[in-house]
Amino acid sequence: MGKIEDLEVINGEGYQLTTLDKAVALARANSVWPLPFATSCCGIEFMATMGSTYDLSRFGMERMSFTPRQSDLLIVAGTISKKLAPVLKKVYEQMAEPKWVLSVGACASSGGIFDTYSVLQGIDRIIPVDVYVPGCPPRPEQIIDGVMNIHRLVKHEPMRRRYSEEYRHLLGNYEIEVTNADNDK
Amino acid sequence: MTNNSLLDLLQEHLGTKLIASEVLFDTLVIEISPSEAYDVIDFIKNDTTLSFNFLTLIGAVHYPEEKGRELCVVYHMHSWKNAIRLRIKSYLSQENPSIKSLTTLFDGANWQERETFDFFGIQFEGHPNMTRILNMDEMDYHPMLKQYHLEDETREDKDDRFFGR
Repeated sequence: MGKIEDLEVINGEGYQLTTLDKAVALARANSVWPLPFATSCCGIEFMATMGSTYDLSRFGMERMSFTPRQSDLLIVAGTISKKLAPVLKKVYEQMAEPKWVLSVGACASSGGIFDTYSVLQGIDRIIPVDVYVPGCPPRPEQIIDGVMNIHRLVKHEPMRRRYSEEYRHLLGNYEIEVTNADNDK
Repeated sequence: MTNNSLLDLLQEHLGTKLIASEVLFDTLVIEISPSEAYDVIDFIKNDTTLSFNFLTLIGAVHYPEEKGRELCVVYHMHSWKNAIRLRIKSYLSQENPSIKSLTTLFDGANWQERETFDFFGIQFEGHPNMTRILNMDEMDYHPMLKQYHLEDETREDKDDRFFGR
């Protein structure tokens, strides 16, 4: 599970030292709580990914969160219509920091084949996306690869990214306020 | 009851209200003027012989090249008693696309008329809640009218040469 050897550590007699940032990032990466926002066929592939054959739980992800407040990773799998867009944005805003977004499939990433008046042409028009998974729909292996990329990001992310200017600027582009930033500085 | 005997009955009862008729895909299609559509549907619903008790569908078609009758409202009726279907068409002009609502005859007309309004902009007079039902509320046009593109106008990543625009 947690490969402490991957980190820069100092080993001594009966103790091991590393930086808090890295230890926390490792813990976070190995217990990401996903929120599946599945609207169509990509959602079915995601169900297969969660099932016993592909078994996403072996990466510490068996706890699906169906409330945005207790989740870290928003998995958007499927077509998002323009009418649904404000709902998705609200869900993202309600998630507590730190949070990541995985866009599964062509529709969530770009609108896919639905180049039409009613469909949002990619969720990155309303919320920032960390990893895109291509495919229509992607196979479970591809979704797992996307999740592995999310884990890589989580492992190498500073503990307090939400206080950085860049992060504020990014969310500002989407007119989203950084929550809680001043309370526990 | 067959299409022919149904047409005979309708001609007998409706007389000049029946503007035109034809058989398309084994179903009788009749044209009624929009001002009389409500009364005709009321009649064929409550007439004991015809008994068209079920409103299957309300839809519309846009014919931009037919001046003065650009919008066509289509009612699909079903008579359970006679096991026969009937399509009723009413043509409206683009300038004044309004027709009397059927909500007082069929409760099921409510959402279908809202959908027809949403996509074609046809006003159903007397409808209790003539608002959009499927598209987002902020949309400022009726997307099934043919002067509007079906594609999302804001998408930049598509090359016109490959996507037939």
